[in-house]
Amino acid sequence: MISLSVEYTRTRSLQFEMSRSESKPLPPKNTELSDQTIWMLAVRDERDKAAFAELFDFFAPRLKGFIMRSGTSSAQAEEIVQDVMLTVWRKAPMFDPHRAQVSAWIYQIARNRHIDIRRKENRPVPEELIEDPGTEPDASQIMAMQQEAGQLKQALAQLNTKQREMIEKAYLGDLTHQQISEQTGLPLGTIKSRIRLGLERLRRELKGLR
Amino acid sequence: MSAITHHIPDAMLAAYAAGTLPHAFSVVVASHISLCDQCRTALGAHQAVGGLVLEGADSVGVSGNLKTDILAQLDDPYTPEPMYDRLGIYPGPVTKVLKGGEPRWKTLGMGVRQDILSASREGSVRLLYIPPGQAVPDHSHNGLELTLVLQGSFSDETGRFGVGDLEIGDESLHHTPTADAGDPCICLAATDAPLRFNAFMPRLLQPLFKI
Repeated sequence: MISLSVEYTRTRSLQFEMSRSESKPLPPKNTELSDQTIWMLAVRDERDKAAFAELFDFFAPRLKGFIMRSGTSSAQAEEIVQDVMLTVWRKAPMFDPHRAQVSAWIYQIARNRHIDIRRKENRPVPEELIEDPGTEPDASQIMAMQQEAGQLKQALAQLNTKQREMIEKAYLGDLTHQQISEQTGLPLGTIKSRIRLGLERLRRELKGLR
Repeated sequence: MSAITHHIPDAMLAAYAAGTLPHAFSVVVASHISLCDQCRTALGAHQAVGGLVLEGADSVGVSGNLKTDILAQLDDPYTPEPMYDRLGIYPGPVTKVLKGGEPRWKTLGMGVRQDILSASREGSVRLLYIPPGQAVPDHSHNGLELTLVLQGSFSDETGRFGVGDLEIGDESLHHTPTADAGDPCICLAATDAPLRFNAFMPRLLQPLFKI
């Protein structure tokens, strides 16, 4: 029998005051972190299995659909889902909510594991930046990340159907580098500029880590 | 060390995030990102898009026992993969290929040395050592070539490349990179096709040296 902690329900109602030092566009006060972030932090900091089960319920069916889109069988997709979710649990200490949305972090794990398994080789990955253990979460920074991701989502929703399909194909791994380069209509630069503000903040954050 | 001025283009970062970049190029891209905050954050943007595509994916129901199976495995002991850190001038992705050791240089003549880290039909990645003032022979490319400077610098018809800078060459680039004065120039170079040398070494010898 799996023991499920009920502790995480406490953290779900956590509200974060925005920091006072934040200048220009004033974000709404008392904004809540997303469920995904709260679950992920509970997994990272408390090794909370109930929160992990919530993450599983949200991500596993999406991961399976995502993986099957590129022609993988249902059975093999489930093997990859299992591998990805176990990796999420094991690598949770590396998750940094100041630098990544949960979905972005899991996306990269899913692509890496998919390729490791299919090609039986270890993907080259950049050196990890590890924040000091015990670093207090900076709610305003995490909220800013979340807002930038929201803006990005809106920008993606405004693309025409063809562009959106190309974006999906590119990030699903259905297009080669050559094909992505030749897609002149692909708004990669626009996408990046949508979260430029967040990126500038992240760069400052990174400087502090070195 | 001067600031990095030559970066990874967006299409290449997107392909790297999606995992469709050939292995040899991925070693160079991961190495550049290890040295370059700007490209690390840009990669973060691409991962954010990937995350949104994942969130928006059609859900497909998983088998009833998948969740209980995984939850039952959470406490299983496991050995984490070894993490490779930067070693001297070599970024983590390179020390990983070197398995934490030193490069095994092989002389190519004129003081130029190389260590082929991996080579397959898809492409090759190697370390190049070029003494100051020495030119890498005039060569053009069958496919794409990525060159990341790890020590010293080189200059060619398109500009100067210092530590962390990434040069991208394709069919249209005919250049003669020359190591600048100072430290020997050490580069990480990846190609998806054999190089064609116009001078310096007879074409017949190329298979022998795998360059």
